Amino acid sequence: MPDFAIKTSNLTVEIGNNIILDNINVEINKGDFVAIVGPNGSGKTTFLKALLNIIKPTAGEIKIFGKNLDEIEAGDIGYVPQIKTIDRSFPANAIELVLSGVRNRWLGVKSREDKKLALQMLTLVGAADYAKKQISELSGGQLQRVYLARCFASNPKLLVLDEPATGVDLVCEATINEIIEEYNKERGVTVLMVTHDWTAAYHHTNKVMLLNKQLIYFGNTGEAFTELNLMKTFSHLGHKHKVTFGLKSYE
Amino acid sequence: MSEIFSLAFMQRAMIVGILLGAVSGFLGVFVVQRKISFLGSGLSHAAFGGVALGIFLGIEPMFLAIPFTLLIAFLMVFLKKKADISADTSIGILFSVAMAIGIIFLALNENYSADAYSYLFGSILNVSVFDLAIVAALSLIIAIVGKIYWGRWAYSTFDAELARTSKLPVETDEYILTLLISLLIVVSIKVVGMLLLGAYLVIPAATARIVSRTFFQMTLLSVLLGIVSSIGGLILSYFVDLPSGAVIILLQAILLIALLITKEIK
Ligand SMILES: Nc1ncnc2c1ncn2[C@@H]1O[C@H](COP(=O)(O)OP(=O)(O)OP(=O)(O)O)[C@@H](O)[C@H]1O
Ligand SMILES: [Mg+2]
Repeated sequence: MPDFAIKTSNLTVEIGNNIILDNINVEINKGDFVAIVGPNGSGKTTFLKALLNIIKPTAGEIKIFGKNLDEIEAGDIGYVPQIKTIDRSFPANAIELVLSGVRNRWLGVKSREDKKLALQMLTLVGAADYAKKQISELSGGQLQRVYLARCFASNPKLLVLDEPATGVDLVCEATINEIIEEYNKERGVTVLMVTHDWTAAYHHTNKVMLLNKQLIYFGNTGEAFTELNLMKTFSHLGHKHKVTFGLKSYE
Repeated sequence: MSEIFSLAFMQRAMIVGILLGAVSGFLGVFVVQRKISFLGSGLSHAAFGGVALGIFLGIEPMFLAIPFTLLIAFLMVFLKKKADISADTSIGILFSVAMAIGIIFLALNENYSADAYSYLFGSILNVSVFDLAIVAALSLIIAIVGKIYWGRWAYSTFDAELARTSKLPVETDEYILTLLISLLIVVSIKVVGMLLLGAYLVIPAATARIVSRTFFQMTLLSVLLGIVSSIGGLILSYFVDLPSGAVIILLQAILLIALLITKEIK
């Protein structure tokens, strides 16, 4: 049998009495770059949190690299959360945030190697300038980069990214997407990325997962964004006006 | 001045003050950063209920206050997890009930009102050798556990979900933290007094945060401020003959304001 990076079987998540994810079956190959697309509240973040073992599924099974979730080593999965609010009152700098992902605890005293590693990772995402800045002083986009550096730092085999380029300016968004694609191509690391930017998904990923509580589509990016698929994914919102589904062309 | 250091009860008070200042400064950073200062105030009410029961029954109050407070602390953590009950409300009720029980037991036994006074407002004159031994033992435990857990607590304080992805047992760690905070509150009640314990646990940490750039700095500074304010407060309260808890808290508040002003001016 081919060994998948991620395999979910009948994955169902309920919170309270609401079904958030309904019977999701996907098989993601090693080295895939998967875009997860769907409307707000469609369960994208929940899906990632189930993979990360933060949310327990109501039913079904998840295997990552053929293992159960509690057998996965910390650091094998790099995670960039969907950042809406972080505790900006917490006194910390970018270096410490990056290192938390590698050392799996908060560091009081940082060794020379620790600092060097953090700086290297921050440089990789173009965030070296604000390495020593307080996280409370970082903008949304700067913070996204720091989180990305944090997730690269543990040398993960799988990246789980929840809207890593949302809230950043267009140039920065393109840069972040390119950094991720490069990381995926060069190291063969499997990437799952939630995004609302279909254009970016179209240009950078090789697989797309269209999600709206149920799995609408999972397959090659080329065939994903058909009008029918997008209607199925987004139409429940009851738009009276006609939405034209299509792709902006990229420069 | 030097004469006060030769008084046996003052020496005891001083050691207890230093130890309590240090450990409450240490645990206080988590209380402040996790925004659970209601825990300190609430649990001190619970502890007071236990103390009053002890006084009423003529048993060493600590023996009842410790299990009583732990029970309430764990009930509270449990209720907080049950998102469908309004945690705020049920916790508020729980603490008030414990306090009401305490008041009733005290009212039933008027001979001990002087004792009760020292538990309410704190009194350096009443620190016994037994109290000292308990505080020393607890401080040692907090120092050892704290050394191991600081980095884990700090991480899950910053973001519990991230900590969980690093495979930290966030819930268990939280129970351990709550356990230590509860024990600290029970043993501090005689020195600081029930009414001011909540503040004692948060002011040094809140002060430290104003000037700290890392959580580690904040922790060290908070410990230092806890020690300094406790020693200063104890000495002052001896000379002005006022309840030690009140003097310590006022001193801490003055430090907080002074730092705020200094930072503003810079
Ligand atoms: N802790 C929770 N308690 C109750 N309901 C929740 C919780 N977390 C998520 N939900 C519900 O689950 C559904 C899916 O949420 P989720 O965050 O996975 O959506 P999403 O696809 O990531 O949306 P967005 O694009 O806005 O980030 C939503 O209807 C939300 O209300
Ligand atoms: Mg989301």
